[in-house]
Amino acid sequence: MTTAAAGGDLVEQALGLSRADGCIVIVSESSSANLRWANNTLTTNGMMRDRSITVISVVGECVGVRSVTGVDDLEELVRASEQAARDATPAEDAGPLVEGPADERFSSAAQEAAPEVFATVARELGSSFAAARADQLNLFGYASRDVTTTWLGSSTGLRRRHVQPTGYVEVTGKSAGGSTWVGQHTRDWSDIDVPTLDREVRRRLAWGGRTVELPPGRYETLLPPATVADLMIYAYWTAAGRDAAEGRTVYSRPGGGTRVGEHLAPAGVRLHSDPHDAALSTTPFVVAAASSAMTSVFDNGLPLPATDWMRDGALTALIQTRASARTTDSPVTPYVHNLSLDGGGRATTDEMVAATGRGLLLTSLWYIREVDPETLLLTGLTRDGVYLVEDGEVVGAVNNFRWNESPIDLLGRLAEIGRSAPCLPREWSDYFTWTRMPTLRVPDFNMSSPSQAS
Amino acid sequence: MSTPIAPDFLALPLRACADAALQAATEAGASHADVRIERLRGQDLALRNARLERRNDAVTVGLAVRVIHDGTWGFASSPDVTVEEAARLARQAVDVARTSRPLNAEPVELADERVYPDATYVSAYELDPFEIDAPEKVALLSDWSSRLLAADEVDHVEASLEQVLENKFYADTAGTSTTQQRIRLQPRLTATRVDPSGGFETMRTNAPPAARGWEYLTGGMWDWESELAQLPALLLEKAKASSVEAGRYDLVIDPTNLWLTIHESVGHATELDRALGYEAAYAGTSFATLDQLGSLRYGSEAMHVTGDRTTPNGLASIGYDDEGVQTQSWDIVRDGVLVGYQLDRRMARQNAAALGTDRSNGCAFADSPAHVPVQRMANVSLQPADRGPSTDDLIGRVERGIYIVGDKSWSIDMQRYNFQFTGQRFYEIRSGRIVGQLRDVAYQATTTDFWRSLEAVGGPQTYLLGGALNCGKAQPGQSAPVSHGCPSSLFRGVNVLNTAREAGR
Repeated sequence: MTTAAAGGDLVEQALGLSRADGCIVIVSESSSANLRWANNTLTTNGMMRDRSITVISVVGECVGVRSVTGVDDLEELVRASEQAARDATPAEDAGPLVEGPADERFSSAAQEAAPEVFATVARELGSSFAAARADQLNLFGYASRDVTTTWLGSSTGLRRRHVQPTGYVEVTGKSAGGSTWVGQHTRDWSDIDVPTLDREVRRRLAWGGRTVELPPGRYETLLPPATVADLMIYAYWTAAGRDAAEGRTVYSRPGGGTRVGEHLAPAGVRLHSDPHDAALSTTPFVVAAASSAMTSVFDNGLPLPATDWMRDGALTALIQTRASARTTDSPVTPYVHNLSLDGGGRATTDEMVAATGRGLLLTSLWYIREVDPETLLLTGLTRDGVYLVEDGEVVGAVNNFRWNESPIDLLGRLAEIGRSAPCLPREWSDYFTWTRMPTLRVPDFNMSSPSQAS
Repeated sequence: MSTPIAPDFLALPLRACADAALQAATEAGASHADVRIERLRGQDLALRNARLERRNDAVTVGLAVRVIHDGTWGFASSPDVTVEEAARLARQAVDVARTSRPLNAEPVELADERVYPDATYVSAYELDPFEIDAPEKVALLSDWSSRLLAADEVDHVEASLEQVLENKFYADTAGTSTTQQRIRLQPRLTATRVDPSGGFETMRTNAPPAARGWEYLTGGMWDWESELAQLPALLLEKAKASSVEAGRYDLVIDPTNLWLTIHESVGHATELDRALGYEAAYAGTSFATLDQLGSLRYGSEAMHVTGDRTTPNGLASIGYDDEGVQTQSWDIVRDGVLVGYQLDRRMARQNAAALGTDRSNGCAFADSPAHVPVQRMANVSLQPADRGPSTDDLIGRVERGIYIVGDKSWSIDMQRYNFQFTGQRFYEIRSGRIVGQLRDVAYQATTTDFWRSLEAVGGPQTYLLGGALNCGKAQPGQSAPVSHGCPSSLFRGVNVLNTAREAGR
């Protein structure tokens, strides 16, 4: 099976073959490279190409979707998608297909991830491993670069193309002084400097020179940007407007309706997404191969505006497809693939540490799962560095904890909000890479039980 | 084994691509090369309140080449299954190995394995779900959803059916070549009750995913009729149940819940790559380190855990792994002591002295043609006791406790010590009898404390093969299907939390 045609041409050919009432074709091509290491040596690597061709046919109010990674017979694919639509019952989210512009660069080819970037990183990591061995320090980590080109066209004349580079690197360091982690996302690798990451790993491992055992309980806790990102992503993923209107999420108002308008966070707090955010830019239009409470295939190609989910501490919007916006009488606010939290704070994490009498400084969170959807109670672990801060200084490393907390509840209990900065989420980075978060000070974070993990 | 392998998979240029890749890799200086050509056919059905929300049909085809060059791995993959692309990938994989060479401190060697030329395997099933018309499947799910929705106790119903037909072709420079086919599916329904004055509660069917065909939904292997008939009343009872008092309880854990605890606290903890630190930056490591093999008191004497990739209808079962190793069955915990790990060929060779064996037990798996094989989980199962007690007998031994049914929330730390699980239903046990449901229950423990508190396992009549389709590991992330069998089991004095109180309510 091969596909010689460029993505844009494939979209045109498939649309030309369509006999359905409406048709949407999505082609994506990606090239990626990755390196993985443990105990100061390589474990796996790879150069990968990937492709998907999705044909969405609409017949009346019914929809059929077929996806493949390669085609010998494009007509067969289009007909199968049409047959699936004829076999289907009417879709609840049915609506007119999006009309829109034809991008000038629609017929341009896919962009490739340049592999030579990795040769530099491999050399720098090699030096880093040698130095780590000499200092009885173990390094573990992963570096990934992916460039995905997406073409989306429909029978309305809409033609969109988007190139999305996504890269990140993360390093875990382990020594007699415990374990720590640093991570960074990147668009083109020009801003990744292995020696800088190495220095930060070593600075944090030095904090572990003294270890302190602490019991479970509620602690004043500084949550750095990577941890806030993992918590807020969960809050975002559960923010489907339809689910809230049906009374079954933390965003539902008892007795009916949603909590939109309610103050969930201190004044000045803004939670928002913007595909055109220069540091976090993501696909600026809806790409949906399947419908769910969060997204609708009928919205394919819809431009994604900057959206405030919370403004000045109040919940202002939930994720709404055009269909759920109709049924809940809300503005159309589709899912956008980045997330920022800002509270107007200016303090860096180090400055917040300096202003702490006694508290915990976390590094990252792990294995975050929902315990109770009604309160959005989440459970998880602290990972790779819990540090005790006394009189403005880190004085030692503390055991890990299992915690139970709701991000929505936390927003209502904040003592301080630091300066927002682009950050890599630890747990969700492979699904959700682009976030900007502040460090948060919580007066009473619920550390439920100790974990022996180190 | 009479079911033939899908002809449209066999029609791909499997041999020609393998020959081209292996030859190109050898010519480029590789000391070992293997080729995988895979096709994954998937269909995903989802209904919301008995109406079709999503039907997605997707086919993933691709080719991957893995080499060892100058003692270093190299890997490359592509969706294009052609002779030219196969040779290009082989050369690219060697280039990747060369680029990675400065990072590599430990030359890669593989444990020996017999050569299996032209071997085949087809998983057992009666009805290929892809031969059943989608409208028939949607109609059944819609009927089941409607039955739940018809109950006053239920406000919303989600139904889904995930189906996969997996074909793998593998060939390596030693001369092994395997062609395999597996089917798996997961049907599930979730009912939600919304309290008009605020709050809601959900309950899901407990039917596990299985390596079975469409007969799983219609052939009497799972009692769908009574599970669906009982669900609304059980949901209402749960919504109105009293909130648990936090504290220590004896737990009788049903296999519908215990499979996941085994997965997290034994399955992952006995993956040798985790014990060696390969996953330290992502999925995590293990407290069960290699130096404790043969001595770690994992649990009580009642604990006998096996690993296998051969159990009929097991989601990890297959004939040969993704390194050409014939699959096997072995002990992991015997009489409560750690005695085995899950291996691949590199780790088996590298740690032969400590393991006492120089053969892989066949746990290499890649979830797609795009991804490199890594050590993934076998079916890791807790064995029942011969002529052991029934679930009622186990409940009868408990003065004050909870009987837990169905899995829900799960989380465990990166070294597999501290875990917390919830469930679908929690029945209060008083004086050896169930007196009604409780709510807001989570149990939290440290792995070895928990398994050492295992007093008794039930008999074979309580045994069920549970499992998951979506076990995550590795970077880039891979998702693997795996089954876990277990009997109902009795644990003494386990810490139970009240989740409403944990939320500060």
